[in-house]
Amino acid sequence: MAIKKQHIVFIKAAIWLLALLPLARLVWLGTHDDLSANPVEFVERSTGTWTLVFLLITLSMTPIRLLTGIVWQVQLRRMLGLWMFFYVCLHISTYVWLDYSFLWADIVKDIIKHPYVIVGFSAFLLTIPLAATSNSYMIKRLKTNWKKLHQLVYVIAILAILHFWWLVKKDVTEPFYYAAVLFVLLGIRLYYRYLHTKPAIKMRPTNAEMQTHQAK
Amino acid sequence: MIILNQSKLNPSNIQPSEITPREVFDNRRYFLKAAGFGLAAGSALLFSTKVRAAAAVSGGVTEGAGRLIGRANGPVVAEKMAFKAGTRQKISGYTKTAYGEGEKLSKYEDITTYNNYYEFGTGKADPAVQATLFRPRPWTISIEGAVKKAKTISIEDLLKLAPLEERIYRMRCVEGWSMVIPWVGLPLASFVKWAEPTGNAKYVEFISANDSLSMPGVRSPVLDWPYTEGLRMDEATNPLTLLAVGLYGEYLPNQNGAPVRLVMPWKYGFKGGKAIVKIRFVEKMPLTTWVKAGPSEYGFYANVNPNVDHPRWTQSSEKPIGGGLFGGRIKTKMFNGYSEQVAQMYAGLDLTKNF
Repeated sequence: MAIKKQHIVFIKAAIWLLALLPLARLVWLGTHDDLSANPVEFVERSTGTWTLVFLLITLSMTPIRLLTGIVWQVQLRRMLGLWMFFYVCLHISTYVWLDYSFLWADIVKDIIKHPYVIVGFSAFLLTIPLAATSNSYMIKRLKTNWKKLHQLVYVIAILAILHFWWLVKKDVTEPFYYAAVLFVLLGIRLYYRYLHTKPAIKMRPTNAEMQTHQAK
Repeated sequence: MIILNQSKLNPSNIQPSEITPREVFDNRRYFLKAAGFGLAAGSALLFSTKVRAAAAVSGGVTEGAGRLIGRANGPVVAEKMAFKAGTRQKISGYTKTAYGEGEKLSKYEDITTYNNYYEFGTGKADPAVQATLFRPRPWTISIEGAVKKAKTISIEDLLKLAPLEERIYRMRCVEGWSMVIPWVGLPLASFVKWAEPTGNAKYVEFISANDSLSMPGVRSPVLDWPYTEGLRMDEATNPLTLLAVGLYGEYLPNQNGAPVRLVMPWKYGFKGGKAIVKIRFVEKMPLTTWVKAGPSEYGFYANVNPNVDHPRWTQSSEKPIGGGLFGGRIKTKMFNGYSEQVAQMYAGLDLTKNF
């Protein structure tokens, strides 16, 4: 399915507006005193949830291509990834500012002592180099290393799910849904990689086969 | 049993507590009507300013589309039902006390919409929405175990065991937030005295209601139901320990543990069993629900202690509910600030091990 360049521009503009909705909702609820009894927790939860959602949407562009052969949506991937970075920045700012009022000693203690915070914070740190190298200049400059670097997104995704899973006190239903989606998305990639590499291996004789061939 | 039932056929033998209150009766009819369009109501949630309870499920109802669909009764409808059920009923004849004088009270709305009560769902806003079909009357509590004589007591008789008093207590949740709540209740000590435990009674076990019809949360095996809590005898008879039946001068709303719950302000909130149906005096330390669920995270004592951290939450500071977005945190005090009244009970006990 071919798509014109102006259509992509239009789609990107639409995503921009849609991606701002979760933030607009928080502002709306905040100005109407409707962020629940624990507004800081509400904002932390909400920005964290949307970080995960954007991460999973970003990771679904390639599986869509693999399954359908449609390629144009892959152009949206960088933008979606940056929206994930936007929401994780809001998430971390809420934590550092609204939750811990910049009390760095307490923050460091919280990060070191609590496994779910360590994995979450590590995931955040790993997103920084990805966001910093998401421009065309860095893509050209890093060449093949760029791809390697950006494979970190898989590590980030797994850490993010762990962060959510370990944060939950007892009822893991919600993190389970996100984990299931990630599992499917990664599974599709692995399956296609397997399909792609299997015949290639078969076609080439193995070392053992070569040796028996030579012996003849 | 049969004889008992027959005697109940006589209208003059019907206890006042057994008559279905008008509100509950109306409420049921309303529920039947409401059940049909629950889903449609749920979709109106996203930018709602009225449905505080529903909005409070951050990342839950409002953000997880899957959960929204899974919910049979739309929160909008359910809140109307709660209002209609009209559980706000004033308690007449309780005395004010000096406990917590001068403390700034948490808002009624916060106390009644932000609850950890897994029998009505694991989200904080779930109980206010899901507890509307729960009936706190008629109610009896059975007393068992190491007592002179096993017996039961109706809620009406329990209310007469000792004069009701209002006590303002700080409530510290293990999750790192806190509230200040004006409870109405009676000291557990007067109940224990009435129950006449024998010398074998070293601990008291509290068992909560476990009715899958009116408590949707117990249909899920998220915890080992029924919810079980326990205290050492000296903790149970400590003057601070309260059997609460109300808050803000009114009978307890369902989501806060109606008709009767425990409050120990120096312990983390989860120690306070709600909707108590059975009290058992025992010789051995009871295996309590959260200890069973996570022995490395939750202990039997669960005393508020800023020096013993939890694997998930910082315990050295807490977020007071009501502070808003910019309220920040405050330092958590040893025994939640009640050291003077309770510290002597734990002299010589290693609180790092016995957390």
